[in-house]
Formats: sequence, structure tokens, C-alpha cells
Amino acid sequence: MKSFTQIKKNLKNDFSNLKPIRTAILGDSATQFLTQAIRGLGYDAGLDLQMWEADFNQIELQVSDTNSELYEFKPEIIIIFQSAHKLLGKYNKLKGDGHSALAANEMAYINRLTETLSAHTNAKIIYYNYTEIDDSVFGNFSLKAEISFLFQLRKLNYELMVYAAQTPNFYLCDIKTIQNHLGKPTFFQSTVYINTEMVLSIDSLPYVASKTVDIIAALNGKFKKCVILDLDNTTWGGIIGDDGIENIQIGSLGIGKAFSEFQYWIKKLKNRGIIVAVCSKNTESVAKEPFEKHPDMVLRLEDISVFIANWENKADNIRQIQSILNIGFDSMVFLDDNPFERNIVRENIPEITVPELPEDPSEYLEYLYTLNLFETVSYSNEDAERTKLYQIEAQRATVQQKFTNEEDFLKSLDMVSLVEPFNKFNKPRVAQLSQRSNQFNLRTVRYTDDDIEKLSGSDDYATFAFTLEDKYGDNGLICVIILKKETPQTMFIDTWFMSCRVLKRGMENFVLNTIVDYCAQNGYSTLKGEYIATAKNEMVKDHYLNLGFEESDGFWILDVAKYNKRTTHINKK
Amino acid sequence: MERSQMIREINDIFIDILDNEEIVLNESTQAADVDEWDSLNHIQLVVAIEKHFKIRFTSKEIQSWNNVGEMMDTIEQKIA
Repeated sequence: MKSFTQIKKNLKNDFSNLKPIRTAILGDSATQFLTQAIRGLGYDAGLDLQMWEADFNQIELQVSDTNSELYEFKPEIIIIFQSAHKLLGKYNKLKGDGHSALAANEMAYINRLTETLSAHTNAKIIYYNYTEIDDSVFGNFSLKAEISFLFQLRKLNYELMVYAAQTPNFYLCDIKTIQNHLGKPTFFQSTVYINTEMVLSIDSLPYVASKTVDIIAALNGKFKKCVILDLDNTTWGGIIGDDGIENIQIGSLGIGKAFSEFQYWIKKLKNRGIIVAVCSKNTESVAKEPFEKHPDMVLRLEDISVFIANWENKADNIRQIQSILNIGFDSMVFLDDNPFERNIVRENIPEITVPELPEDPSEYLEYLYTLNLFETVSYSNEDAERTKLYQIEAQRATVQQKFTNEEDFLKSLDMVSLVEPFNKFNKPRVAQLSQRSNQFNLRTVRYTDDDIEKLSGSDDYATFAFTLEDKYGDNGLICVIILKKETPQTMFIDTWFMSCRVLKRGMENFVLNTIVDYCAQNGYSTLKGEYIATAKNEMVKDHYLNLGFEESDGFWILDVAKYNKRTTHINKK
Repeated sequence: MERSQMIREINDIFIDILDNEEIVLNESTQAADVDEWDSLNHIQLVVAIEKHFKIRFTSKEIQSWNNVGEMMDTIEQKIA
């Protein structure tokens, strides 16, 4: 982790090519350094976090006054930091039964803040949970006494999680685990607090800022989707080609424990929806043997989406994995015990994340925990199915090689698509895809669950969610269109994004046929599209041109009456 | 430690933290003499100096200094 002084030096860099995000921060303790640290680390994450900082202790004032500087700033992100210190201050002043009601009353207050903010802005709220202070008034008995501060503080942290789980635009930043990781004496320094009113020590600032930026980055589509594993001495101990299957280290004995626990961690990531790939210098059949036959292996072949074992260099192999998965290098993590391989990959593919694993395998996990590599802002059941989808994709890629004629191949797939407006069943996946899609995304407007809910209830919008199923399996929901009624004649394509899994399947044609149909049936004569360039969506630069739209003043126009249905091998389900 | 050596080391810390190569401290230098040396950066300097000399100041000490020399007096007592 960079030091605060190093992070501060970023503030002098040129932010002009980075994505601007208007970020407000409100605290009940002094937040100047935290503000600098967040902006500074934002730079490293490719974000121009334009910070507005409320004066100290103005949270309620700024939130409740709808003419306040906060609302004038039009924030996209609002960070609220109410410290455990101030919470203890409140507790100290309470009388009688008040102590036992602290958590409930604070929760009601936080709910009021959040509801007021949600009524007046679309900003995402990031709320810091409470670090622990034991005032040692009850000793261990505080855990049996509802009236104690520690009881109330822990209850509040729990209630915050329950609240966050049901409040779409409300995200918790877990600074409690940072306190746990660094230790309280490092996290809090009394001289800093006494002299500046800051409750975070200089040394803890980079960690708190980093976790905050992780959430903001994830909200803006920057997060990891894939982990690539080396095998020998990373996934198991020893070298399979030399030691043989009976001698590799895995299981409950000695150093084997470290590798088993590592594999359980990878398995949990896979179940959460992270794609697991293997990249190993080995003969393929030898490398696969433990996955098939070793009784103590936690990971099995069905957990691995792409398995590459050969004697080529790893950078080329990772490029191949990338081309199969069709995701950005910056969404990939490569884990390898060998410093040489790590450097080759880093030098050739600078965007990929390559953690500097400790020398001792028994330290891998604790080290990886601290990096918070797999931040996310959503989770749906479909995430768990992702591995299968990519395995099916690999199968399809093999079949495609057999067909010289693309049309024949597409016909052979027996594709069907279910088209529905947004509803409560597809809403989470629509929101999630909105966060994840970077490449095939025409305007890259991000929508959350909450936004989707509002859109689907509005008369000004028509919404479409597309699935794609073929003879190999169901890809699930893979494309989303949001049409905005711009004038009584003109329908504007506010959003068109698609999962890159289904590229080159003629889905674009099917989608356009569907929305032109809708326009014709509802009396719209013009369909209007727009391409907004980002660092990642160059693939759709000529999307509207290719679909027969004509350019006009930076927009793309299609005359509904003159439209000829485009060829597609996808049928409506 | 010689005071001339100590002030050189402190000078380096100021240059690093305040990101200004041109800072030249002497024992009578005060906060008002250095542009970037405001009350907020002061605490960052103090923490860096604590780390460098492996000492801890009390809150009272931090508030008591009028110039660099007085701070050095405190450091001298602690590392003696």
C-alpha cells in the first residue's frame, strides 16, 4: 500500500483524461486528509474524483436543507463518515433507558438521512461502518448487557448490514476490518485526534481511502471478473510433472492445508461468479490428472472455465484466455508463485493485476485477503452459473471451427430469444449487466436496481430485456434496450448494451427488428441512436452505421417506415 | 546526535512531506516562514518525524513549539 505522502503526490498529476465523478464527503470528524487520499487513490484507479467536502459536522444540515451546497454540487457519490468516537460521545450524554436504544435511534436517523438523500438525488451513498471502541465499563459483561456501549455499537453494525441489504443505493464501506487488520493502536492515534479532530491516523488513511475507491470503481464498472491460476506450488504444493500425483501436497497434512484452504477460497470466488482459468507450464494431460483423480483436490475440472497447459510463454497463453472469455485484461487477476512468470506477464500485459504472492504458501491467503481484489456492487444467481456459460462458449468455439460457412453455423444453433419489459424477475440481472458491460455499450449509462425500478414504472420509457438460448444451453439475459420517448414521433435509444458472450450471433439484427417493430406499432416514425466513446467501447463505434442508421448532428437516425427487416437466425420465444 | 545532523534529517522530511525541494530550515524557522506548513500539514510532519526518530510526542508537546529549534529540544530529550 502506498503511504499517504506518496498518495498526496498524485494530486499534482494530470486528471484530465480520467473519468470525472462528482463525489461529496460529509463527516462528523475532520475529513481533509481523507478527502485528499480518496482523490489521490482515485487517480491510480483511473478516476477523476471531483471532491466536495462539507464543513466539519454539517451532515444533518447539508442533507435536510434542499438548497444546501451538497445538492448544488449534484454529487454522483455521497460518502458519509460518522465515527465511533462521536457515537461514543452521544452515548455518554444519554440518560436512563437511552443507552439501550442507541443503535435503534441511530439506525432511524441514518434511515432518515438516506431517504432524504434518495428523494433529492440519484447519488449512491457510501456509509462507513463503525470501528470498535470498548469503553471497558462493563468488562466482558458488556456482551450480556444491552445497555453497554460495545453491545450497542456491534448491534448498530449488524443493523447497518440488514439495512444495506434492502436499500439499493446504500453501500457500506467496511472500515471495521481495516481496524482489525491494522490494529487499533495503528488505526487511531490520539495526538492526531487531539490536534486535528481526525479519527483516522495518517497510516490508516491509505487503507480507508482504498476501500472507498474500490466501491466507487466497482459502481463504475471497474472490477475483477476472472482469476487465472498457476498450478505447481500455487494451486498445490510440489511439481506434478516431477513429483507425480501421489506426492503433490494438498489435503489436511502439513503445508497441504495451505493449498487446500487456498482452493476453497478459489471455489468460493467461482461460486460467487468469478471465472476461474488455469494457465500452467505443463503437459495438459499431466496437469489435469489431479483435478480428475486426486481425492483431496477441492477444485475440479468443472470449476475451470478455460484450462490452458502447455510449454508456451504465459503472456501468450493469457492473451488466448482473454480472447476466449472476451473480457478486459484489467478485469483479470493472475496468481503465480514464480516471480519470473509474474514479471513476464506484468511486462507484456500491464493492465492485468498480478499480486506479489509471499514466498511462503501458508501466507498466500492472509495476504490475498488484504488486497480486496474482488470488490463487487451486485450479486445475482446467474453469477453462480457463469462458469458453465463460459465452458459452453468454449465448446461452441470448437464447433464453429467445423463450419466454414457462418450462416450454416448460426442456423445450426437453433437460437431463440425471450423478449420482455423489465420486471421484478429480470431487474437484478439488468442492473448487474448495466454495471458490467463496458465494451458492447453504446452510451455507458449505469443503472442500479433502484433506477431500473423507476424506469420500468415510467410512461416515458419502453424497456426490453433479451435472453438468448441455443441448443447448447441458455445464455440467460444478455441484452438490454431502454427507449426514451423524445418527441411524439421520435424514440431515442437511451441504452443499448449486450454481453460480449453472444457477439457474432446476429443478436444486433434481432434486437433492431424488435425495437423497430415496437416503434411502428406505437406510431413512432424515427429511431434515434447515439454513440458515446469510452476507453473500452470502440467495438461499437460503427454500430449504428453498420445497422443502416444515417448520421445527423452527432446522432444516428433511422426512418422506421423505410426499414427492411434484417436477416437473423434467432426466433422469438 | 549533533543538532546540525538532526536539522538536516528534519529538513529532508519537510521536503518530502510538503513536496517542496526549496525548503531550508534553521532553528528559528516558524510555521509562518514556510508556505505549505499549515496546521493540517503540521500533524503529518509530526507523525513523519516521530517515525523517523522512533519516538512519540505528547499532545501537549506538539502544541508547545514556537519554532524548529524547540521541536528539536524535545526530540533531543527523547532520543538521549
